[in-house]
Amino acid sequence: MPKEYKTPKLDDLEKGPWPSFVKEIKQAAKNNEMSNDLLAVLERSYDERIGHWKHGGIVGVMGYGGGVIGRYIDIPDEYPNISHFHTMRINQPAGWFYTSEALRSICDIWEKHGSGLTNMHGSTGDIVLLGTTTDELEPTFQDLAHVGFDLGGSGSDVRTPSCCVGEARCEWACYDTMGVCYETTMRYQDELHRPAFPYKWKFKFAGCPNDCVAAKARADISVVGTWRDAIKVDDAEVATYYDNGMDIFNDVVLNCPARCMKFDHESKKLEINNADCRRCMHCINAMPKALRPGDDKGATILIGAKAPIIEGALLSSVLIPFLKMEDEEEREAWYDIMEEIQDIWCEEGKNRERIGEFIQRVGMANFLEAVGVEPIPEMVAYPRDNPYIFFEQDEEEE
Amino acid sequence: MGVFEAEGGIKVEVDEDGFIQDPDVWNEDLAKALAKTEGVEDMDEEHWKLVNYLRNYYQQFGIAPMVRKLCKETGIPLKRVYELFPSGPAKGACKVAGLPKPTGCV
Ligand code: SF4
Ligand code: SF4
Repeated sequence: MPKEYKTPKLDDLEKGPWPSFVKEIKQAAKNNEMSNDLLAVLERSYDERIGHWKHGGIVGVMGYGGGVIGRYIDIPDEYPNISHFHTMRINQPAGWFYTSEALRSICDIWEKHGSGLTNMHGSTGDIVLLGTTTDELEPTFQDLAHVGFDLGGSGSDVRTPSCCVGEARCEWACYDTMGVCYETTMRYQDELHRPAFPYKWKFKFAGCPNDCVAAKARADISVVGTWRDAIKVDDAEVATYYDNGMDIFNDVVLNCPARCMKFDHESKKLEINNADCRRCMHCINAMPKALRPGDDKGATILIGAKAPIIEGALLSSVLIPFLKMEDEEEREAWYDIMEEIQDIWCEEGKNRERIGEFIQRVGMANFLEAVGVEPIPEMVAYPRDNPYIFFEQDEEEE
Repeated sequence: MGVFEAEGGIKVEVDEDGFIQDPDVWNEDLAKALAKTEGVEDMDEEHWKLVNYLRNYYQQFGIAPMVRKLCKETGIPLKRVYELFPSGPAKGACKVAGLPKPTGCV
């Protein structure tokens, strides 16, 4: 029977109707000493207002340089059960589809080798297994491999690529996100398991501009589904929305960021100037029965987003406005550009400099020239109002 | 914190990941003993090439080199580095070379 700790502060976090991580840890603590000690340390941290986890252990499994994050407690004598509390990242299936059998096998393995606590899924996308000791890493890795799971990325490598459910469940998907995510994962096995970059590199795949994996705000490379022909409009369904009381003018037309829509109350017709449309999905989300993405589908490739860890947050910039994703040749060309970019970044990038920061430092124009991509208007938010692009004197006069 | 003991009277202070605390106590026998803890039974010429490069770089610049630089300057591709040191350049080779633990962001 694990030792019983008093945890009044944590108990407070169990109140209310919502899920509680305290409840979950307590559940695990019933027959796991690690989880039990974890509760005690957490309560203590709330009391003392000090975290007790040390940063930056280096542990791993043979053959890999990533996938395990070392964690040690700074007071191991008092909590020997969690003197080691390493995290393992496991490559999730594309779109997070599991059979219940697969989930059970992961949980069984983790109860045998670790704290039994999981985090499904963190913002990285991986299956996160929380808390084990150095000695258990290799056996856990072996057991996971037997049921078909592999470690994900950590440190300065290609992080585990992740994608939205895409065509598997979502009608807005403009390409096969799961397919391309899997292809990319397999292609980058070396770079995923053996860190050799200046810093992390994240690929995220979203099937449409709704971007359910929040790629544009976090990924170094975002592949976001889009279309280049006209939005498909079903006039009868538009009329039905109107007849059912939808305020199409205020809620759809006025909220269009491109101001490229017109609605006529008499004829109940919606008109879209597709040349100005920004493919933002707002109108489609508002009237899903009446509007759909066009037929000529593909993806926009964006580069350089990151969350604020070392420097501030960055949003992506457009790198390739449109790529036919089902066309293998176009995809190959895209992979070639990725390699080119990684080469330059590895040569010239500073330690711990994300690609977005690197581009800011060298300038977008220089960067594009170095990787051999032609600058085009789609890369610029507003003409002549972009710090990346400088017009040469002679070009301006022409 | 802990103590690493091995044959030949080796007894040095190491951190919880097994990295030696005082770079000055490093010598070749210690390197061989540390290598055994990282799955390297025998240190051959290529192992020493990596280890010596790491030591020289560290002595000159006070930090570990970036992985890519290590591969380029020694002419040993990353795949081979992992064959030589199965736990990788940071955990394996740097530990054997007696460098302080490389810090990395997770
Ligand atoms: S990003 Fe688009 S395609 Fe993917 S799940 Fe979300 S709405 Fe659907
Ligand atoms: S997708 Fe966005 S920009 Fe395009 S018409 Fe609809 S609301 Fe306007």
